[in-house]
Amino acid sequence: MNRRDFLKTASTAAVVAGTGVAAPSIISPARADARQESLLIVSENGPNNLDIHGVGTNVPGYEVSWNCYDRLISHEMKSGPNGVPYYDRDKFKPELAEDMNVGDMSATFKLRKDAVFQDGTPVTAADVKWSLDRAVSVGGFPTFQMKAGSLEQTDQFVVVDDHTVRVDFLRKDRLTIPDLAVIVPCIVNSQLVKKHATADDPWGLEYTKQNTAGSGAYKVVRWRSGTEVVLERHEDWKGGPKPALKRIIWRIVPSAGNRRALLERGDADLSFDLPSKDFAEMKQDGKLSLVSTPYSNGIQYIGMNVTQPPFDNVKVRQAVAYALPYQKIIDAVMFGLAKPMFGAAADTPTEVAWPQPHKYFTDLDKARALLAEAGYPNGFETTLSFNLGFAGVNEPLCILVQESLAQIGIKTTINKIPGANWRTELIKKEMPLITNVFSGWLDYPEYFFFWCYHGQNAVFNTMSYQSPEMDAMIDGARAAAANGDTMAYEKDVKDFVDLAFEEVPRIPLYQPYVNVAMQPNVSGYQYWFHRRLDYRSLAKA
Amino acid sequence: MLSSFLRRLATAIPSLIGVIIVTFLLTRVLPGDTAAYFAGPAATPEAIEEIRVKLGLDKSIPEQFVDYVGALVQGDLGSSLTTGQPVIQDIIDRLPASAELTLFGLFIAIAVAVPLGILAAVRQGSWIDHLCRIVATAGVSLPVFFTGLLLVYVFYYILGWAPAPLGRLDVFAFPPDPITGFLLIDCVLVGDWETLGSALAQLAVPSATLAIFALAPITRITRASMLSVLSSEFVRTARASGLSPFKVIVGYAFRNAMLPVITTLGMVFSFLLGANVLVEKVFAWPGIGSYAVEALIASDYAPVQGFVLAMAIMYVVLNLLIDLLYGVIDPRVRIEG
Repeated sequence: MNRRDFLKTASTAAVVAGTGVAAPSIISPARADARQESLLIVSENGPNNLDIHGVGTNVPGYEVSWNCYDRLISHEMKSGPNGVPYYDRDKFKPELAEDMNVGDMSATFKLRKDAVFQDGTPVTAADVKWSLDRAVSVGGFPTFQMKAGSLEQTDQFVVVDDHTVRVDFLRKDRLTIPDLAVIVPCIVNSQLVKKHATADDPWGLEYTKQNTAGSGAYKVVRWRSGTEVVLERHEDWKGGPKPALKRIIWRIVPSAGNRRALLERGDADLSFDLPSKDFAEMKQDGKLSLVSTPYSNGIQYIGMNVTQPPFDNVKVRQAVAYALPYQKIIDAVMFGLAKPMFGAAADTPTEVAWPQPHKYFTDLDKARALLAEAGYPNGFETTLSFNLGFAGVNEPLCILVQESLAQIGIKTTINKIPGANWRTELIKKEMPLITNVFSGWLDYPEYFFFWCYHGQNAVFNTMSYQSPEMDAMIDGARAAAANGDTMAYEKDVKDFVDLAFEEVPRIPLYQPYVNVAMQPNVSGYQYWFHRRLDYRSLAKA
Repeated sequence: MLSSFLRRLATAIPSLIGVIIVTFLLTRVLPGDTAAYFAGPAATPEAIEEIRVKLGLDKSIPEQFVDYVGALVQGDLGSSLTTGQPVIQDIIDRLPASAELTLFGLFIAIAVAVPLGILAAVRQGSWIDHLCRIVATAGVSLPVFFTGLLLVYVFYYILGWAPAPLGRLDVFAFPPDPITGFLLIDCVLVGDWETLGSALAQLAVPSATLAIFALAPITRITRASMLSVLSSEFVRTARASGLSPFKVIVGYAFRNAMLPVITTLGMVFSFLLGANVLVEKVFAWPGIGSYAVEALIASDYAPVQGFVLAMAIMYVVLNLLIDLLYGVIDPRVRIEG
């Protein structure tokens, strides 16, 4: 090729490209129909794995699992705090099982005879056994969650006949049955997955990472990681009434501003991870239907490491508890979209519930006095750490805390930790002062306390708080719950809540809300313990 | 030409080896523990250790490097933990999206900037010269994400002209099976005009965002280079010989002013790939930039290494092309080279 030729071809190419831009834009009627039967969800993050049993499956992945797989049992709905349907912690309903019979040391489940997987094969007891075995064997989060309900060994799951399964209890534990209704013990099409299993991957995790193999109400038909997930209704689903929506299109839109624009322009049907500020403003506009529900069993808190001075001194911790700008945080950080967990009246009796408000409130004089009593009349210096992954909330929150603590002489340096690093830092348990959120799927006070206050010192006991007295009460409540001893249970719960507030290794700030924004024609939103969406009940008018 | 091409290609090999070593080491010194991140919220130290072994992160750094290079030779870039897919697959899926956006943006920028630069040089000091200066200053001083959000706000939210910023295609348009991965080309190949229209509409605002950013350097360089050529003797001679102004400016002056413009285009293209990261975030564009950033946030080594490697290869190829173009445009360069 010589220079003249090149220049000639280049200019011809430019002319061709220039004229080719005008393209016809025809919107086919088929597209309008598709719009009516589909729900378009926009969110910040998408799944990294379609199977909750996989290695490192993220929270959006849980949502896929919840909707594409069935469990033996699920929860009934009741009316929630704001009139929104809310899962009923204490009432179970059959899903794949048609009957559940709980005995003293085992529970027997009779399976629906007509239930089929998405590829048409019937669901059998062997599938149930294989799936539960898988959950307790794969390790990582699923196995850990199963353990929380004393489901630990494969021999606990027994096939009685083709349509009957028995779950034997290792020990008496109130959480065993609720733990069978969480996302993890989902029933997988064992014959299909076994075909794709290899010696290195006996549970077929590679296959279920990319494909859904369940009997649930929806199946994934297209998944492009980080871009979109498309789910279609499983027409032969037997686990409940037929869902109204034929197709769910879930697009990942990282920019919060654009998610809001999409909702306000009416292009997206639903989004549920908008910043509080946007959400509060949209509430004022009143154009969309907005639902806020407090996280069940979850709080945002300030944690103090009790193994090192100065926070090993209970007076210092109480001083901090009197110095936090609680109301300012609710107003300026959360825009009112959080349930206060502070400032209960002095004569409020402790309830058998968690979370519940503590009796500290902002009182700087009291804080200064306590600090002086503790031997720090001039305050001290420390660092306040937070997770940058949730900077939208954590950063303004920490700045308010820093400003308020400075007034009683505690000088804090703010330490921003990248999301990837946060867990590593938590496990080390060296950060003196942090803010964090913890919430448990199983909504029982003793469950929260077992992870967050017990001397076993789990990761979530971010304060390294250890007290034999506390441990005795937590263990006592667990035992009493398992044996149905209500009196002892209530006493232990009240006592451990009182002790936790007296010693304040962690200071609850508020209960965060799950904020869901929908078009006015979308109905059927339900709040679930996992806080993600259940597509089965959603409908579009 | 072939031998110079091969010689030029050979010089790229050491830089690629360097890139492989440096990215490997850089990703290892990143803060954050991949295993802890992926072990999930409820992990015990044992569970984290289990994942560490599964990912091969318990081995020493040299051992990990040998594993990495060994896999690389077989074309295996590892698997991404954030997307759950093999990195090579992710790159194949996403690179065309980024390239399409960048090239389209660059094309718009050239279409506007080159004539503007030429006119500004020819009519130095006129209103068009001032316009050129304003455009250049504005383009350079507005950050890309800001222009992006502003354009979305105006053209989508307020005016409703642009489609929803939801990536490469409208939600209810179905993409043709990928042939080249470039949506526009695939649509034309399959003859799916409806999808082509949708893809072009989706592309318009993000590529305009990139184009605004790229306008400045191209106009300025075109103007400067044209000015120096216009004052040279052969242009004066051409004018004196009574050639038409168009022939003089486009036929003689611009052709000689193209070299610096081409060099700048190469640089602008690489800037644009960087700026892409932000544009992709704003427009939910499923490109390679946003992919790499997400991986970086999660301390997910394999995609970051794959991304840097892919970019390095692209730069090498790009520079090679530009070198070859020099030779085609200006024979003097070829002889010297």
